[in-house]
Amino acid sequence: MSATPAPTTAPAPRMGVGKWLREHAVLIIGVLVIAYMLIPIAVIFFFSFNNPAGRYNFTWVGFTLKHWENAFGIPELNEALLTSIKLALLATLVSTVIGTMMALALVRYEFFGRRAANFLIVIPMATPEIVMGSSLLSFFLILGTGLGFRTLLIAHVMFCISFVVVVVRSRLIGFDRRLEEAAKDLGATPWETFRLVTLPLILPGVFGGAMLAFALSIDDFVISNFNSGTTVTFPLYIFGAFQRGVPVEVNCIAMILFGITVLAMGFTTWQQRRAERMASIRPEQEELPPAAVTEIAATY
Amino acid sequence: MGATLKRRLGAYGLLAPGTIWLVLFFLVPLYFLGKLSLNVNVQGVYYPFDWHWANYSDALSLYDTQFIRSFIYSITATLICLLLAYPLAYAIAFKAGRWRHAMLLAVVAPFFTTYLIRTISWVTILSDESPVVSVLKFLQIAPSGHVLFTAPAVIAGLVYNYLPFMVLPIYASLERLDTRLMEAAKDLYANAQTTFFKVTLPLSAPGVVAGTLLTFIPATGDYVNAEFLGAPGNQMIGNVIQSLYLKQREYPAAAALSFVLMAIILVIVLIYIRFAGSEALMGEEGAAI
Repeated sequence: MSATPAPTTAPAPRMGVGKWLREHAVLIIGVLVIAYMLIPIAVIFFFSFNNPAGRYNFTWVGFTLKHWENAFGIPELNEALLTSIKLALLATLVSTVIGTMMALALVRYEFFGRRAANFLIVIPMATPEIVMGSSLLSFFLILGTGLGFRTLLIAHVMFCISFVVVVVRSRLIGFDRRLEEAAKDLGATPWETFRLVTLPLILPGVFGGAMLAFALSIDDFVISNFNSGTTVTFPLYIFGAFQRGVPVEVNCIAMILFGITVLAMGFTTWQQRRAERMASIRPEQEELPPAAVTEIAATY
Repeated sequence: MGATLKRRLGAYGLLAPGTIWLVLFFLVPLYFLGKLSLNVNVQGVYYPFDWHWANYSDALSLYDTQFIRSFIYSITATLICLLLAYPLAYAIAFKAGRWRHAMLLAVVAPFFTTYLIRTISWVTILSDESPVVSVLKFLQIAPSGHVLFTAPAVIAGLVYNYLPFMVLPIYASLERLDTRLMEAAKDLYANAQTTFFKVTLPLSAPGVVAGTLLTFIPATGDYVNAEFLGAPGNQMIGNVIQSLYLKQREYPAAAALSFVLMAIILVIVLIYIRFAGSEALMGEEGAAI
């Protein structure tokens, strides 16, 4: 008895721990999976401060800031990045306009061929990128068109349209049509109604679709790989540099892009909240997830 | 009557640019892919269309290993993704409380950095001297202490890259779920397990179906992970298609492989949707898609 002084109290906390673990098992697994998803980003971040011995930035050698100072000091890399940004901006602009038009048509009109149109929008999202990339290349080869920025733009707009339609449409479904009727009753022309009522209301959705299109375009590798010719985008530069060693500056630029995206997401969230305050599209929702999250989740 | 005609014309007018773009640059190229796959190819010089079906049998008999390997890798990766994603989606939807948005943000955060660099960072994580591999070695999961440039490394890369595509649809379907149904199950004396298997899981099936498709389809055609994290013996069919198109310039063989890949995936997807009996993908208003 005296050898074991606390036999009654000892099992209690242990059982507590076991119970706690069991109750929170799902959450613990979830946090571990999130860690798995975030580790590579941390690696990219830390290795942007690495001072690798050779050309390969795979093992940690020592801390340096020189690659951050030189982040925009590699001409080919800068050129690739500029090409990517230009391409993404143009592809976003075109696909957002075209995609928003399609979303408007699909939500507000009943017409013959609606199912076919829906199918045409879904099917590119369910096709492996390599099939889209190789079929476009076959198309350009048989037509005899040279490959380059133009063919990249065609391809990027093509794969962005569907995503823009899906995002914008998910926003339009909760849209209060009576606001437009009210504008019409007050003597607004169709164009005035669109510009002053419809557009401001659907703008957060359109902006979300545009952001998704930009993100898809600037990060696209597979389809670009097939249709770029000699044009080099940021992902194509990285792929090309892999064998001879990717410069550390790429990590710095990746982190800069990461930062900009986070800021842009904050901005969208703010925009969305403001728009919702202006006209309560979704009145009973106190807490809204960040815009881009809903945008991407809505895609599925 | 005039008004309905005008409305209908309005709808077609709005649809026209996007439809034309998708038909011209998505559907028509598929036709050209099929056409190119039937050209004769002799020593890199290719001749016009000739119903050359031998391209298919030649390509398939040459690269059947890579084809089978692609499906083994992508199906394994999809199953692992499902096992990892479901608890995470469940945790975000029901257990995270005020951390919900932060966790969702963490799920999409990988999208904010370039896909290729993220994949390359796995070369660091899985290199022989890395702490991760030491732990795996200690746990006897990787007794040789060598993970990089093996099949598990390629599969780990695939799992990592496509995990968000599994988490988000499952989360979306769980979030839409009426929690009163779970309470009702409890009121009717179902235990946690029964509630999960009889109520929660069936109701989240559309998310699972969408997630598995969104993971399986791109993973099968992927060639970046095999290129960066695998050895030559881990090449997937994507690597073959890419190299035949862009390096060897054996277009007809490459087009034939690409066409077969699309056809097999299409058949698997159709069977799967029929089998799963879900309208998750093609449902009319079906929430999103």
